[in-house]
Amino acid sequence: MKFLSEYEAPWSSGAELHVITTGEWRYQRPVLDLGKCIKCAACCLFCPTGSFKDDGGRFAVDLDYCKGCGICARVCPVGAITMEREP
Amino acid sequence: MEAQQERKVLTGNAVAAHAVRLCKPDVICAYPITPQTELIETLYRFQAEGTVDAEMVDVEGDHSAMSVLIGASSVGARTFGATSAQGLFFMFEPYVFAALQRLPMVMVNVNREAMSPNTVAGSEQDIFMVKDAGWIQLHVESCQEILDAIIMAYKLAEDPDVMVPVTVCYDGYYLSYLSEPVDIPAQRMVDRFLPRREMSPRLDPEMPMTITPFADSLVAEYRYKHLAALQRSRAKLEEIEGEFQHTFGRSYGGQIEEYRCQDADTVLVAMGSCVGTARVVVDRKRDEGFKVGLVKIRMFRPFPRERLVAALRGKTAVGVMDRNVCFGWSCGHLMVELKAALNDLERRPLLLDFIGGLAGADITLEQIGKAVDTVHLAGRGGQWQEVTFLGLEGRQGEKDA
Repeated sequence: MKFLSEYEAPWSSGAELHVITTGEWRYQRPVLDLGKCIKCAACCLFCPTGSFKDDGGRFAVDLDYCKGCGICARVCPVGAITMEREP
Repeated sequence: MEAQQERKVLTGNAVAAHAVRLCKPDVICAYPITPQTELIETLYRFQAEGTVDAEMVDVEGDHSAMSVLIGASSVGARTFGATSAQGLFFMFEPYVFAALQRLPMVMVNVNREAMSPNTVAGSEQDIFMVKDAGWIQLHVESCQEILDAIIMAYKLAEDPDVMVPVTVCYDGYYLSYLSEPVDIPAQRMVDRFLPRREMSPRLDPEMPMTITPFADSLVAEYRYKHLAALQRSRAKLEEIEGEFQHTFGRSYGGQIEEYRCQDADTVLVAMGSCVGTARVVVDRKRDEGFKVGLVKIRMFRPFPRERLVAALRGKTAVGVMDRNVCFGWSCGHLMVELKAALNDLERRPLLLDFIGGLAGADITLEQIGKAVDTVHLAGRGGQWQEVTFLGLEGRQGEKDA
């Protein structure tokens, strides 16, 4: 039998989890203009996947998990986030 | 020197608690339900007395209990849970999840009738209704076997070639409340037999993650590997039993036990607590000169297909004892399984199903004796019907179908 993966279940015998980066599903990504950002954290609070994080005084998106839904851009009160199509 | 084993008279539930104490789980989570409650009470007493050092989590129901155990097992903890009947049905969703995640868990089901009508009495109905959830099922005959099966179950579930959770099933009332003398092994013997193993999978609390990722493209592969692991578990159980016998001096035959089967032409197939009664019947019939044997099924999932075919090859007629009904086939579950397994034989023995012991009814020596006579005569051209409800008069299906 030829297998696609080394995983037995969503884990392998090497105690490794089969991690799926749901960010791969994205067709558009949020781009934050730090010059406009007022650090209100609305993007962090509203992001359904918790992908917007406080990255030491500035906000950044974790593109491994951001699915590109655009809620952050919609809720940003100063329009600091724009959605750009993935290449 | 510490004694190897200590003999105590204990109920089945208390014996199960001793087995759990000896296996040293890290996390125990179970919601009380008759006839399992005494097992949980005993474990809490052990914890209060300091002989059980597990984290015991109080939850509001069986669905949460299994969910807690899944979390614990996912970070590599050794776990124990226990349920029965409606509790088992309530935990069904995470019960399936645990198997498909291949978590090496051990739990107990104290076999009970499914309501309605409202009953807490014993039968095998609950556990057979979840037979294809992906867990291994071990069924036991006596209080001693409860203890031994739980210890072996941890070794089986945690084996790197298996990694499938195991439910140890014992009959409610018949075994849960039955007091029998039981040999309780010394802790160091169990420690030697069941060493701790570093467990995968390992979720890391420092890096929280959802542990059931979307992986549709791998589902077929996961299923194939799960089935392969279940197949491996059958030989593995027999290997583990060999080691168990070497350490503790007791053995039960692996997937099945064949009792006086060698030269028998008529064989009874049974499982659970009624096997003890069936043994007595077989001995009596042997004394009367009948060539009668008994097969006890210990591993019900995965089904011991090859062993059963080998044991029943060349037999004339086989009687099946079912303490449950299979609604899809109008007979018992064991009957359905045997029909499937014996299809491998070119010449199949006659198969007669006897359904009894529902909702705590006794399965008596007389009932099994009469059943054996019927099977024996059927093999010699006598009248027979496929399914007989013990205790119900008349020929089944005469006016009903």
